[in-house]
Amino acid sequence: MADTEGHDTAGLKGGDLVKRHSISTRLWHWLNAFTIFTMIGSGLMIFNAHPHLYWGNYGTNYWQPGSAFYDHPWLEIVNHGTKGELIIGSMHINTTGVLGVSRFESFPGWMTLPGSYSLAVARRWHLFFAWVLVLPWVAYLLVSLFNRHIQRDLAPTRAELTPKAIWQDIIDHAKLKFPKGAAALHHNFLQKLAYLSVLFALIPTMILSGLTLSPGMTAAWPWLLWLMGGRASARSVHFICMSLIVGFIVVHLALVVVVGPYNEIRSMITGKFRLPREKAPKPSLTPAQEPAE
Amino acid sequence: MTFSLNVTRRSLVAGATTGAGLLLSGCDKLAQNPQFMDMLGTGEKLTYRVQRSISDRAALAPEFGASQMSPHFRTNGNTMPSSTEYAAHMAENFANWKLVVDGLVANPLSLSLADLQSMPKRTQITSHNCVEGWTAIGKWTGVPLGMLLKRANLRPQAKYIVFHCADSFGAAPYYESIDLIDGFHPQTILAWGLNDAMLPVGNGAPLRLRVERQLGYKQAKYVMRVEAVDSLAHIGQGRGGLWEDMINYEWYAGI
Repeated sequence: MADTEGHDTAGLKGGDLVKRHSISTRLWHWLNAFTIFTMIGSGLMIFNAHPHLYWGNYGTNYWQPGSAFYDHPWLEIVNHGTKGELIIGSMHINTTGVLGVSRFESFPGWMTLPGSYSLAVARRWHLFFAWVLVLPWVAYLLVSLFNRHIQRDLAPTRAELTPKAIWQDIIDHAKLKFPKGAAALHHNFLQKLAYLSVLFALIPTMILSGLTLSPGMTAAWPWLLWLMGGRASARSVHFICMSLIVGFIVVHLALVVVVGPYNEIRSMITGKFRLPREKAPKPSLTPAQEPAE
Repeated sequence: MTFSLNVTRRSLVAGATTGAGLLLSGCDKLAQNPQFMDMLGTGEKLTYRVQRSISDRAALAPEFGASQMSPHFRTNGNTMPSSTEYAAHMAENFANWKLVVDGLVANPLSLSLADLQSMPKRTQITSHNCVEGWTAIGKWTGVPLGMLLKRANLRPQAKYIVFHCADSFGAAPYYESIDLIDGFHPQTILAWGLNDAMLPVGNGAPLRLRVERQLGYKQAKYVMRVEAVDSLAHIGQGRGGLWEDMINYEWYAGI
């Protein structure tokens, strides 16, 4: 079995079984998989405690008959007795049976942690695993900058950043055409973009917006409120980042399935990865249409 | 060596969904284990230590301008204590109501609302940050708690300040507690005014705590008695507050 840690991939070809992921990468991946799972489940439960999102410094959804006061949410998941409804701006979407099932179940029990309403238990999960998410993330960034993993494997190369190369990568993805042989060991541009977005945009924004919800933190670091545009906005930003991370996970899992679930999941468990076999070029393709190997 | 494994997308999606469902119910089982919940609770203790260590003990919660206030400060939780004693005070407009400051103090106090209002006051426009996720901005006026504690002369053994309230949930009276860092924090006040008016009954009349670096459930309403203690173990069920006792809210509510 070849060791590809140093990315000396000369002589490797499709069908070879190589070592792809280090033990630290594999452990961190599965720890994150579990952590993100608990964070989303408990976060949805926390959302259920007040299923309304606003922009600005405040928002209470306080209204009583005859009262003129109402803070306008931009997103709500409400229960109207027999009907559940997702409201985004002026858009009303009937979600009966899925969202807004009951007073305390904007997100249904099968999505939340715990499965029946408990804000206190959800907060325990959330505020414990927040540390499990953040501390290894910081460690990963430090180690990966130090050992140049980020610069070497995640930073796009100059060649990848040309409009033509980006367009080609988009087309390859749309056709579900992925690199074969040793080329499969390198991340392609869209993959790099996805990982970099999660590592350097979504996770930090998630952390900063989460901290902005903490009155202890906004006293320590008042700039958090300024950065997020208020506590009510921070809660909205936190929710949007969660949605984008869910989007990343869906695409990530879909691509694992498309590319080959057995080989991909094995590589994240044992570290071993079988390089995809090169196919003979189809006669209908001209050499110009062939992606560079 | 070749592997052939037939995995259809449908079965994988079904498998992933079932796996997630099993994992969630497994997590629910774990959460019924007290030791596991204690383990999760270490997150609170870590957060408490870290927040205390990165912020100055007098770091102020952000204050807002008059134009940034909520159009209306909503009520929440108990909005009318049910005791006959409270009803009598309310009927007299709190003229004979007294705040008691006692416990581990050298000089116990008993102060009328007029006494409290004649003391130096602090007014602050701050954000009320509910644990459920809503936020309201109001203008509070009251007497700094630290001033009362100095006047009462805390004994050296005192570690926590407990607030005993007139309202209750079921048979359990509301109470809350804070450490001395928050007790002497410049923004920690016993408020008798809200939005330039006397504190309404719905918001905790005649006196409520404002401890601005913590969540809403720490802001005890209808405060009748302030007690200095060395331990929270013998008050209520020993977790430092009614919600902490009843539904496991964390004692430190800085996050």
